[in-house]
Amino acid sequence: MEGILEKLSEIVGADFVSNAAEERFIYSRDQGVQPPHAPDYVVLPNTTEEVSALIRLANKNKIPVVPMGGALVLSGLTIPQRGGIVLDMKRMNRILEVNEMSHYVVVEAGASQGMLKAYLEKHHPQLKHSIPDAPPVATIGGNIAIHGSGHLSQSEGGFHSEMVTGLEVVLATGEVLKLGSCSTVPKWFSRAPLPDLVGLFLGWNGTTGVITKIGLKLFPSPKMKDIMMFMTEDVDTVPDILFRIIGTEMAEDMAFFVSPQPAYFDGFQIIMISVVANSVKEMKMRRELICDSVRDYLERKEAGFLPLPPHMKVKLMEAPQKNLSEFADTVRGGGFEYVGAIMPVECIPQAYRKGREITEQLGITYSMGARVIGRGHAVMFYYAYPFNRADAKNMETVAKALEESNEAALEMGGIPWKAEISGQQLILGRMEPGTYKLMTEVRKLLDPNGIMNPGNWEVRS
Amino acid sequence: MSTLQFNPALCEKCNTVDCIMKCQYIDMDVETAKREQMKLLRGEKSEILTRCVTCYACEEYCPFHNHPFYHIVERQEALDVHPVPRPIEKSQVVMMAPKGRIEEKAVAAPVINLCYFPMLKGSIRGSIYEGASVIMGSDIFCNLMFLHFARNSTIRERLPKMMENIMHYYLKPGGVEEIICYHDECYGTYTSWAPAFGIDVPFRPVHLFDFLHRRLTELKSGITPLNLKVAYQRPCSNRLCPETEHFVDDIFALIGVERLERTYDHGQALCCGGVMEAQQLFDLAAENQEKNVNDMKASGATHAVFNCPFCFFTLMGRVSDKGMTPILMSDLCRMALGEQ
Ligand SMILES: Cc1cc2nc3c(=O)[nH]c(=O)nc-3n(C[C@H](O)[C@H](O)[C@H](O)COP(=O)(O)OP(=O)(O)OC[C@H]3O[C@@H](n4cnc5c(N)ncnc54)[C@H](O)[C@@H]3O)c2cc1C
Ligand code: SF4
Ligand code: SF4
Repeated sequence: MEGILEKLSEIVGADFVSNAAEERFIYSRDQGVQPPHAPDYVVLPNTTEEVSALIRLANKNKIPVVPMGGALVLSGLTIPQRGGIVLDMKRMNRILEVNEMSHYVVVEAGASQGMLKAYLEKHHPQLKHSIPDAPPVATIGGNIAIHGSGHLSQSEGGFHSEMVTGLEVVLATGEVLKLGSCSTVPKWFSRAPLPDLVGLFLGWNGTTGVITKIGLKLFPSPKMKDIMMFMTEDVDTVPDILFRIIGTEMAEDMAFFVSPQPAYFDGFQIIMISVVANSVKEMKMRRELICDSVRDYLERKEAGFLPLPPHMKVKLMEAPQKNLSEFADTVRGGGFEYVGAIMPVECIPQAYRKGREITEQLGITYSMGARVIGRGHAVMFYYAYPFNRADAKNMETVAKALEESNEAALEMGGIPWKAEISGQQLILGRMEPGTYKLMTEVRKLLDPNGIMNPGNWEVRS
Repeated sequence: MSTLQFNPALCEKCNTVDCIMKCQYIDMDVETAKREQMKLLRGEKSEILTRCVTCYACEEYCPFHNHPFYHIVERQEALDVHPVPRPIEKSQVVMMAPKGRIEEKAVAAPVINLCYFPMLKGSIRGSIYEGASVIMGSDIFCNLMFLHFARNSTIRERLPKMMENIMHYYLKPGGVEEIICYHDECYGTYTSWAPAFGIDVPFRPVHLFDFLHRRLTELKSGITPLNLKVAYQRPCSNRLCPETEHFVDDIFALIGVERLERTYDHGQALCCGGVMEAQQLFDLAAENQEKNVNDMKASGATHAVFNCPFCFFTLMGRVSDKGMTPILMSDLCRMALGEQ
């Protein structure tokens, strides 16, 4: 398209826009198995005003726009399906305000998880945010846009999207809006008591607008931390064990995992329970109540807590956890697929069995697990498959595993999370027609020219 | 298959039942103890099997060296009594299994057997260990820890191969006949458990303390007395080789360290609680840990000296919290020679 590069340069400066082949190549793919597609331009805005001007330009010329944070979603949601502009938000990474008393932070959408964690540890050590186990360059904006979850999802209210107190967004028309309390008063404390419009931008994969600022809940950061590792060999007991421990209200985070590696974990189900406290006395009480809740399992010697040496505890208490990232590289060759499904707690045994069945049939390695969300209202169950990009057959098998995992999740009553386009089709295929109709109308209203991340959340004709 | 050399006739005639009467965890009058012991002899279930916390101490308490603890483990295994939850037990069996990664090495004496504690490799340095060869890992691991898991069978199955590996891959190529056992557990395996099960040991095991004592005597001129008052934490596996206990005092005398009197030492030594945690006996573990460190502190010690790395890792945090320095015997000896 004539003159677009120059116009984009005028908005963000020549250093922050490119249509060079190598940039287009890099921005055409992620680590997963989704087929690549190159953008026409890559742009890195620095301010909301720049985002607004860019979007106006794109809208006028009907150029697709794909917002991108860390591009770590792995399911191709930042691959520009119809070319156009990839809007890399990483320069918009300022931490704008911390309201200690009211426990919230206001950040630009491109602020990374790692930056926010480091900033809070340095300047507000009594507070923390709920960090996902994604590599720390993942952005706050990208994570809430897909209903991410993390270390405080169990104890502090659920998905990270539920921790959002307000948003600044740029619509596909270029209009800048504030949503939540910040729309009415200069404070970002809450979405209530106003009609809740924030949800129009959460879970939409960037198809309704660009998030530029986020108000996010912060939580107390107790001084002491400990980790308990519970081991069982009967997956059918896992929901009950989770239910009991959740019931104590003593655990901060709870995550279940299974993995054939190392060999001494193969065939066992492990539940990691992190506990925080402000004193030795409180820690002791919390640990005791957790043990008491599963006492009969212990007495029957059916399951139990694995004693952990101090050096292992230190590793297991890190947030984010590095083990999944390390697992991602076990096959070598730079490929990693990480499928999630949000499902009820009672589906865990079925999801586990299905995962084993799929991987055994396809002959691939796996890591599976689930993080408890919001006191057990749901779990984010994941299947992770590393693969070698240079091995087309291996990629094909993993793509098949991904497809089967998505179908299985829906079949057992869960919903694929951050689903790739084909997974979205599966979801939409089961959705009530009225719901899908409303989604489409909302989108039309917000994005009349259909420029925002096109291809996503659309029924294929 | 090797069988435990346990003589029921000795127990039948025994009136003191010291094995149970001196036990710090099973509280019974002598008649009950006798009755329960008889149940064990008849192959029946006894509360001894479920109440035993596998502290090894009765191996030392029995005046007739009749191996009451090994017998308990035999009975636990035969009657499917699991001190540790089954998944943890099974997982440990896999974790500690020989990995078959051993390679031939012509070792030179002294050969230090570091058991399965690779994290301690850095400890084997300085003049004491000059010229030493270090061997360790899953392929030479004694596996005695499975006494805590009611699994004599695992030790029986693995130990002969481990000893063969030590000979074949290390000692024979190096022309060496003895190994220095860093951990009491290995020394106890070769001098107590293996003979009790009629298994021959093809090399000469030497206790680390015996070696340290020998070396410190040779290096005497380089020792600067430490003038420290210490509490010593006797490990469970030293119950299998009580004849080595005097070396603690001998070494302390050489390096100018005073072993303070404490309640939980010698025959009254109290488990560090680590194994109890695996047995899910958290209250008892915490109680033991508290008793141990409070007792160390009350003795006036500035340092807590350990030989067992497992006790060391289990108690080090609590010891430091009480303002004392946890230290391994080997490191203490190096300190006396002015080495870091
Ligand atoms: C090893 C590993 C572990 C992981 N663990 C977790 C975990 O524990 N919890 C978890 O939640 N996730 C996890 N993930 C998944 C993913 O990496 C994270 O959710 C991550 O936070 C996504 O953020 P991002 O910045 O990379 O988003 P991107 O991949 O850049 O974008 C994700 C989606 O959001 C849209 N988007 C991005 N920015 C904006 C914006 N400013 N406005 C509008 N739309 C936008 C994009 O178009 C895309 O649709 C993990 C990933 C890996 C590789
Ligand atoms: S094991 Fe020893 S102390 Fe115990 S009853 Fe037998 S002989 Fe007596
Ligand atoms: S091993 Fe310890 S706990 Fe068990 S019976 Fe012997 S002395 Fe008692």
